[in-house]
Amino acid sequence: MASIDVRQTPDGTEPTWTGALRRRLVASLPPDQLLPDRQPAYVASWIYVFGVATLAALLAVIVTGTILVLEGPIWWHTSTVGHFVNSLHLWSVELFFFCMVVHLWGKFFMAAWRGRRALTWMIGALAFVGSIGTAFTGYLVQTNFDSQWISTQAKDGLNSVGIGAWFNVLNTGQMLLWHVMLLPLIIGVLTIWHILLVRRRGVVPPFGAAESVQAAEAEPEATA
Amino acid sequence: MTATKMHRAASPEAAKWAGPTRRYDLLKEFVIACGVVAVIVVALAVVLGSPDDRAVSIRQWSHVTPNDFVLTAATELDGTSPTATYGAPYSYTSDAGQKLGPLPLADWGGVRQPVDTTNDFVVNPLRTIVGDAALTSALQTWTRAPDSVRQGWASAYDKALSAAPDNNPARVKPGNYGPVPVMLNRLLGMARSGGLDGALTSSSGFYAFNYTKPLLLLSDGSYLSGLATAQHLAGDQWGMMNETGNFPGQAWLWLYTFWYQISPFNSSGNADALVWGLMALLTLGFILVPFIPGIRSIPRLIPIHRLIWRDWYSEHPDRPAGPPTGPPTEPRPRADMSA
Repeated sequence: MASIDVRQTPDGTEPTWTGALRRRLVASLPPDQLLPDRQPAYVASWIYVFGVATLAALLAVIVTGTILVLEGPIWWHTSTVGHFVNSLHLWSVELFFFCMVVHLWGKFFMAAWRGRRALTWMIGALAFVGSIGTAFTGYLVQTNFDSQWISTQAKDGLNSVGIGAWFNVLNTGQMLLWHVMLLPLIIGVLTIWHILLVRRRGVVPPFGAAESVQAAEAEPEATA
Repeated sequence: MTATKMHRAASPEAAKWAGPTRRYDLLKEFVIACGVVAVIVVALAVVLGSPDDRAVSIRQWSHVTPNDFVLTAATELDGTSPTATYGAPYSYTSDAGQKLGPLPLADWGGVRQPVDTTNDFVVNPLRTIVGDAALTSALQTWTRAPDSVRQGWASAYDKALSAAPDNNPARVKPGNYGPVPVMLNRLLGMARSGGLDGALTSSSGFYAFNYTKPLLLLSDGSYLSGLATAQHLAGDQWGMMNETGNFPGQAWLWLYTFWYQISPFNSSGNADALVWGLMALLTLGFILVPFIPGIRSIPRLIPIHRLIWRDWYSEHPDRPAGPPTGPPTEPRPRADMSA
């Protein structure tokens, strides 16, 4: 009796992990959904600016931070150019947080977690919390009076709950690596995840809009 | 169909939008946003710059306030300084760590950065000095003496120095202090030469990445905190979110800093653990907003969404949202904006 090889695909080709992953990704997020050139008509408010502005400010943070990384932690104390780059880094961080907080409040008052978008909110919230940690470690590695004072004060909070035993804010080398490597990696992953979820679920509709659209679609069928 | 699938299918807000749409260029919007952000950031950097107050050194401290330095060193030697009595993660002081209710979270972390203030801050740095006969003799006397005798000398000197006018070592009343006055006098000289900065930062090897010990010594004195208070950076001055000069600092830490300004946190011995516990709870609530009854209903109760979507609602005045009217519509021209 002939046996059936379950590993064969219907067209007779051997299935691969890569192909399966591609089909899964394309099914989850088709290209026209990933990079659409149309949006629902309600996506027309200045509040939407702050989402993309947060991304733009994050890019500015990464670019200016990368220049500081290239030259090392002491450069900006001894070079006028370095100090200017540090100023760019500082203000891009301030702008990043400003835009993110406005974006956050906007999404809150839009109840943007409606319609299976709770994970989008949660990942965004985690990115916000992670950004606070990243900015905090940035203050710790300035290697100036601010970093001395902030680290000696912050240690008490972290030590009081046992975190300081592993995350030692007085260890400048450890904090530098967290700031330029681990935390940006985490923020990067969360940001990309957040954006992909936004694209997959779409922008949340106004209260009642989706129901009205669905009801209008059903009306002709009922009267036919 | 399972109950979950039925629920998902029944949610119109989860379905793909079937109403009117508008042309929208996400990439163009992002590029424009990058340009605008770049202009704003450059303008702020040019006009306002950024703060950079030089780091304080032990050398600077010992020159500006030598009496404070020697008094701090005396407390390090007799084991009564804040660091010596801190508990985990620096010392094995029992019951020193803060608690969150019954939970000794600080102790659970363990002593992972042990600091022996007597030897790390005073005795071992002094051992690096050569060619000083009086110091060599003092260190020999110190080393050969029993623990109880050493503790007696150090405690007596600490007490006498605290009582001296201006904590001036030169005005300490005579007493049985053993080699302690000589040791602290030499430590002051070492600090003023910059040698103590080097000894503490290089104590873990040639490469210096870990500043735990010099920062702890600095924070045990009152010089560093005095400078910070003058810059309005103390804990009761919303210091955690501020930075030197008139810069916004970490304004996003306002809620964390806020708790330290009010009772019971500003008077509790477990203030840090309480604030961290409270912030952990609030952060969890923030992440889980979509699932918290009451909180998740606020946006429906406070109609700010009608302001955000005012165009949509004005074009659909009879119902919160109107049905699609034929093919995709083009609302009046305006800037592209996206999530």
